[in-house]
Amino acid sequence: MIEVNDIHKSFGESEILKGVTTQFEKGKTNLIIGQSGSGKTVFLKCLLGLFEPEEGSICYDGRTYSSLSGDEKRDLRQEMGMVFQGSALFDSMTVEGNVTFPLEMFTKQSKSEMQDRVNIVLKRVNLIDAHNKYPSEISGGMQKRVAIARAIVMNPKYLFCDEPNSGLDPKTAILIDNLIQEITEEYDITTVINTHDMNSVMEIGQKILFLKNGLKEWEGTNKEIFKTDNAAVTDFVYSSELFKKVRQMYIEERN
Amino acid sequence: MNYLASIGSYFIMIREVFKKPTKWRIMKSLILKEIDELIYGSLGIIIFISFFIGGVVAIQTALNMTNPLIPRNLIGFATRQSVILEFAPTFTSIIMAGKVGSYITSSIGTMRVTEQIDALEVMGVNSLNYLVFPKIIALCLYPFAIAIAMYVGIFGGWIAGVFGGFSTSADFVEGIQLDFIPFHVTYSFIKTIIFAFIIATIPSFHGYYMKGGALEVGKASTTSFVWTSVVIIIVNYVLTQLLLG
Repeated sequence: MIEVNDIHKSFGESEILKGVTTQFEKGKTNLIIGQSGSGKTVFLKCLLGLFEPEEGSICYDGRTYSSLSGDEKRDLRQEMGMVFQGSALFDSMTVEGNVTFPLEMFTKQSKSEMQDRVNIVLKRVNLIDAHNKYPSEISGGMQKRVAIARAIVMNPKYLFCDEPNSGLDPKTAILIDNLIQEITEEYDITTVINTHDMNSVMEIGQKILFLKNGLKEWEGTNKEIFKTDNAAVTDFVYSSELFKKVRQMYIEERN
Repeated sequence: MNYLASIGSYFIMIREVFKKPTKWRIMKSLILKEIDELIYGSLGIIIFISFFIGGVVAIQTALNMTNPLIPRNLIGFATRQSVILEFAPTFTSIIMAGKVGSYITSSIGTMRVTEQIDALEVMGVNSLNYLVFPKIIALCLYPFAIAIAMYVGIFGGWIAGVFGGFSTSADFVEGIQLDFIPFHVTYSFIKTIIFAFIIATIPSFHGYYMKGGALEVGKASTTSFVWTSVVIIIVNYVLTQLLLG
């Protein structure tokens, strides 16, 4: 579980996060949504330890990040997996090299043990024939799957995804969403996803945090988001006519 | 104020490079890869430039020797001194600041833009050690490349002097051996190893701390070349004053 207590983060004069408090539970897919400039990416980077908040604290299963030593912070980061928006695969390495990288860096496993583990995770993300291909030789969807495989190869406790569906077609986006949810439940990890994709919100939003102007505007589940009267949330989530109709149908059905 | 902040950030970066080292098994392969790309991959241009610079120095010296009382072995002497003291270490380093420096800035800058450096940091890898340390170690072999540049430069001077009809082979060889001070070679290698450190670290600094997209990668490469060259020239002046003054 990740507990965030009243975090503030500024860059120069502008305060991006103005006191966000929330909890992300283990074994659930937690989504952060909000308009561009609402502070989602800064919030995610604070969770990852790439930015340190000026005020407030972030606790990872009882460990407060700001009170850890440099080595303890690096050790904690080894418990994190991250899927970046652009996948962030290492260009100079093959798919297999990318997935093996964390194992080579942080474990004392033999070559065959590493090979076995890599085969397992690549099979888990449905990538069987791409071992020797370079990132530039595979599609965007496959790159995302490699990024997921690299993120889970060390059995992380925390998985972070920054817009995992961006640039993907709707079918592939659903596959990636489902894969992340299955992995979250299967590995019992705390997953936090930063997204703009409303399909993801509806499909896998077991907990949704809505940020507005650096503040928590609303939080709840994908079931509750249909019922909420919060104008900011409804304006953002139901900005398209399709989603407005879906919501209307849902409310009529419930009544 | 910005310059002072950048200088401060540069020295903080250098300290970070030597912290939390990457596993030797991985570092070894990174160093070998960098030796291949930074040193072995540059030998062609170093040899090419040195050969022709040596030749030009010999021709220029010969053409300026209008007084018949000046001995012809001066052509070999001037070529040796110019190549060993300045052209091989300093001129080649400026060329390397362009070739190797821009490669380092653009490769690290691209990793920054595509979030590959963030990916390393999130995994708990000391990205500065992983990316910059192998380059520093690989460029420790730079004096070997400069030694080759010295030989080839003097050879270029001999070819131009003898086959251009400016000097006899015996005069040229006599000039090469005339008043030879071994410390001049030591001085040259001391300069070279410091230039190597500059070539490895200043472009890395510009790549690592760059912000923006593809356009900024190009701008960072240009800026890194300018600053690497400026620092090489200033350090060259200071070292010459300290070691030979």
